[in-house]
Amino acid sequence: MLSPEELREIESEFPHYPNKQAVCIDAMKIVQKHRGWVSDENLKDIAELLGMSVDELDGVATFYNLIFRKPVGRHVIMVCDSVSCWVMGYERLRKELKNRLGIQMGETTADGRFTLLPIVCLGACDRAPAMTVDEDLHLNVDPQKLDGVLEKYK
Amino acid sequence: MTKVYVDNRPFEVRPDQCMLQACLTLGFDLPYFCWHPALGSVGACRQCAVKQYKDENDKKGRIVMSCMTPVAEGLRISIHDPEVVAFRAAIIEGLMESHPHDCPVCDEGGECHLQDMTVMTGHNYRRYRFNKRTFRNQDLGPFVNHEMNRCIQCYRCVRYYREYAGGRDLKEFSMRNQVYFGRYEDGTLENEFAGNLVEICPTGVFTDKTLKRHYTRKWDLQFAPSICVHCGLGCNTSPGERYGSLRRIVNRYHGELNGYFLCDRGRFSYEFVNSERRVRQPLLRQDNGLRPTSKAAVLDRLKSILAFGKVLGIGSPRASLEANFALRALVGAERFFAGTAPAEQRLTSLMLQILREGPARTPSLHEIELSDAVLILGEDVTQTAPRMALALRQSVRQQTFQIAEKLKIPLWLDHAVREAVQEEKGPLFIAAPYVTRLDDVARETYRAAPQEIARLGFAVAHALDGSAPEVAGLSEELRNLAGRVAQALRDAKRPLVVSGPSLNSESVIYAAANVASALCRAGKPAGLSFTTPECNSVGLNLMGARPLAEAMEAAQKGEVEALVILENDLYRRAPRQQVDALLKGAKHVIVLDSLLTPTASQAEIVLPAGTFAESDGTLVNNEGRAQRFFQVFVPQGDIRESWRWLREMMIAAGRREAAALETLDHVDEALAQALPALAAVTKAAPSASFREAGAKIPRAPHRYSGRTAMHANINVSEPKPPDDPDSPLSFSMEGYPDQPPSPLIPFFWSPAWNSIQAVNKFQEEIAGPLRGGDPGVRLIEPTPGSEANGAYRGAPPEAFSVREEERFFVPLYHIFGSEELSQQAPAVAELIPKPYIAIATEDAARLQLKEGDEAEVRLNGSTQRLAIRLREEMPKGLAGLPVGLPGVETVELPAWGKITRV
Repeated sequence: MLSPEELREIESEFPHYPNKQAVCIDAMKIVQKHRGWVSDENLKDIAELLGMSVDELDGVATFYNLIFRKPVGRHVIMVCDSVSCWVMGYERLRKELKNRLGIQMGETTADGRFTLLPIVCLGACDRAPAMTVDEDLHLNVDPQKLDGVLEKYK
Repeated sequence: MTKVYVDNRPFEVRPDQCMLQACLTLGFDLPYFCWHPALGSVGACRQCAVKQYKDENDKKGRIVMSCMTPVAEGLRISIHDPEVVAFRAAIIEGLMESHPHDCPVCDEGGECHLQDMTVMTGHNYRRYRFNKRTFRNQDLGPFVNHEMNRCIQCYRCVRYYREYAGGRDLKEFSMRNQVYFGRYEDGTLENEFAGNLVEICPTGVFTDKTLKRHYTRKWDLQFAPSICVHCGLGCNTSPGERYGSLRRIVNRYHGELNGYFLCDRGRFSYEFVNSERRVRQPLLRQDNGLRPTSKAAVLDRLKSILAFGKVLGIGSPRASLEANFALRALVGAERFFAGTAPAEQRLTSLMLQILREGPARTPSLHEIELSDAVLILGEDVTQTAPRMALALRQSVRQQTFQIAEKLKIPLWLDHAVREAVQEEKGPLFIAAPYVTRLDDVARETYRAAPQEIARLGFAVAHALDGSAPEVAGLSEELRNLAGRVAQALRDAKRPLVVSGPSLNSESVIYAAANVASALCRAGKPAGLSFTTPECNSVGLNLMGARPLAEAMEAAQKGEVEALVILENDLYRRAPRQQVDALLKGAKHVIVLDSLLTPTASQAEIVLPAGTFAESDGTLVNNEGRAQRFFQVFVPQGDIRESWRWLREMMIAAGRREAAALETLDHVDEALAQALPALAAVTKAAPSASFREAGAKIPRAPHRYSGRTAMHANINVSEPKPPDDPDSPLSFSMEGYPDQPPSPLIPFFWSPAWNSIQAVNKFQEEIAGPLRGGDPGVRLIEPTPGSEANGAYRGAPPEAFSVREEERFFVPLYHIFGSEELSQQAPAVAELIPKPYIAIATEDAARLQLKEGDEAEVRLNGSTQRLAIRLREEMPKGLAGLPVGLPGVETVELPAWGKITRV
């Protein structure tokens, strides 16, 4: 069941679009904002609300890498693996993150604090390597100084 | 026509198409994946690349996709330019990166479009040495097998399933090289046309799951041109056999009828032919049971039965013209009865009379697709004539094409057209007592009792033409709806009215005819299409059989010595007590059938009749088209065509003239002479004496293997192939190696084109008629000159009024469940609903009934207990009883009945 708040937020999007189906990405983002991810049950509820089949909605959900169809940690780290970041040594950054957190790419730490994911180009090529934690963009990340970066995400 | 140059040779081609289609029509082998003649172009796979040149001096040219290049005057392309040849090979190499090396164990192998295209491009060495992406497959239900690893991401499946067939539970998921085609979760594909995925998929992702249980390669199957027997539309099929069992059915292209697609009932019901319930030997009642006996013994017994007294024959709408005619010849025209429910016979006669008198003409399925405004009165077409529903689904696109035309988008440019059109749909109006499977594309639906549906029809006719009968006491709401329907039909170029006998209502049929007549009077070329319940309903009716009720009366009076029942389970035609009385009233009951039906189980003698796969014959579809089906294989034992058994019965009874009815052609000639309405039957297909270059047409592909070995367990010397005195086809791979005339095409195959897409090579133009014209002859055309005086028929019925204590029961139909033969196919049987009665949710509360409750239904003197199903949309006062469903008694409907809780 979608919460009354989620429903209200989704419904407030309707006037901005020509039809209900067009709200589907926003609807999933709203649910994800509240719950961290979009479960099968949420997906069915949203599909029903928007007059879509679950298949259609999941087709959209799985197309976008920022819609999470599996639970994620409290904070999501996204490491850019595009060309500029590769040139500037994102592989060392990735290795350091994996070591420090004790997880592989796509996994979540046992305490549920971090999920580690790759992403393609954050548009910060001039200050590579780059990564995001939740909504924050971190530039020129020094793999040796990760502690300072991660500290504030509890 | 437009002049184009292909590799510097000039050709004249039709302008309204893409260069790929033009090249294929011209006979060039140009590989493609995402394009399909029924789906148009999207330019996704890049496989059909050609070089385009500015003019004759341009030596360099540029690579373009032929499917995205419109035909234009003076256009110059090259298929064979080395650069573009290399480009196409590179494309397929990319598509094949993750494609497994599993052709030897893949069901598609040997008839795979991907194999054909790979060979065509010359890509024969794989350089990709990395891991292939792999997927988990899904259980998609009893019909379609799923093997996603083979996917080359051409998107044809979702384009067909969603955009063409209207399904919503198949979708592409994820992205990049992880794109996955499937359902959200495992489960049976909901669309009734999902089986076409098997042919739409260019490789082995979607394959026939029923074939898997008794798998045989295409090249090892023996085929014959056949006609589907599971509804009245007469779709053309190509069934394949090996070792005496039927292995599968694939589509047999017919430009006017089924085109490229079948419904799932038509494709997956063939397994009834292999059923355990088949009668394979003559059965004779001895010691209170039916015991197998020899042919000689049974004919001896028949001789003594037929020698005395009155023999009545009951024909069948699921038996061929020839079988029915032979029965008529055995018993005499005045003792030949229609084995159909009384209402069905009455309504079929009425529909045929209307179509013969005109003025409206009955369209082919292809013409239905091209209709641009449609009114459906009283039919859930998907359940009663499924393939027609797929055609109607395309019809709602016709008016929207104007949007694309205004933007100068060619109609074959599929996604550009769909993008321009968005959700816009042409007018389709559906009036039925319940939700139908086409409601999602309908502009308006009207859910009401049959009487109200007829009143709507009459009101539409009156709105179109004031001289048509007026409907008294019409509600404002209905009058307005009628006005809107009339307006939409009047504004259309090719309006169509669809109706049929589903609701057993004369008024509904009259109403449909009047709407069509009113449109014709207004100068519109209106079409009028009626569904018919069974594969030869029209053919049987054209023979002029007497009503079944009269046979019942004769039996009651004790006037029946013997009753010969042809391929018919009478318990599906009339209430149990009536059939019991008929069968008990006759001294001897002889049944010819392929299955041991409840009727056959009561007989004294049962003769093993061939199914469509073991017989030759002619069927007449709802459009009045007579089409020949040919024997696929020679069955073991005593199974033979019903008409052959009947001939032998005649001979046994001392009827010497029957000796002349030796082959199918003889029967057809006699039939054509005796029944002028059916005289054209002999033209339905070439006669048995027909030869191409002095040779017969082979039923098996020339690579058919193992003929010398397949009987080696019985005898090491190879038996002679069976003779076929009834057709110009041979039971062999030997014979004329090239294309036969269209009614005689057993399977589609052409050099380099092993998959069913070889049909390209058999058409006059791609997606057009087969070479030499599509098969069959039309027996029914409106009488010329009747347009002027096409009088209006019938009168509007009284309005429906709800009763306090009773519900008005209307018949309900199920694509999987309502048809007799398909029930015996295991895959179809899995999808048959449990017996139930449907009632309006509104009424349920008052009757204190919930979903799933058991209730007692008293209807027309019968009482049965059934589970309740609530139907939100059904109007108050109505209830529905599924027709022909196993576990539901036959009752004459519609009728008032009482539901009580138990």
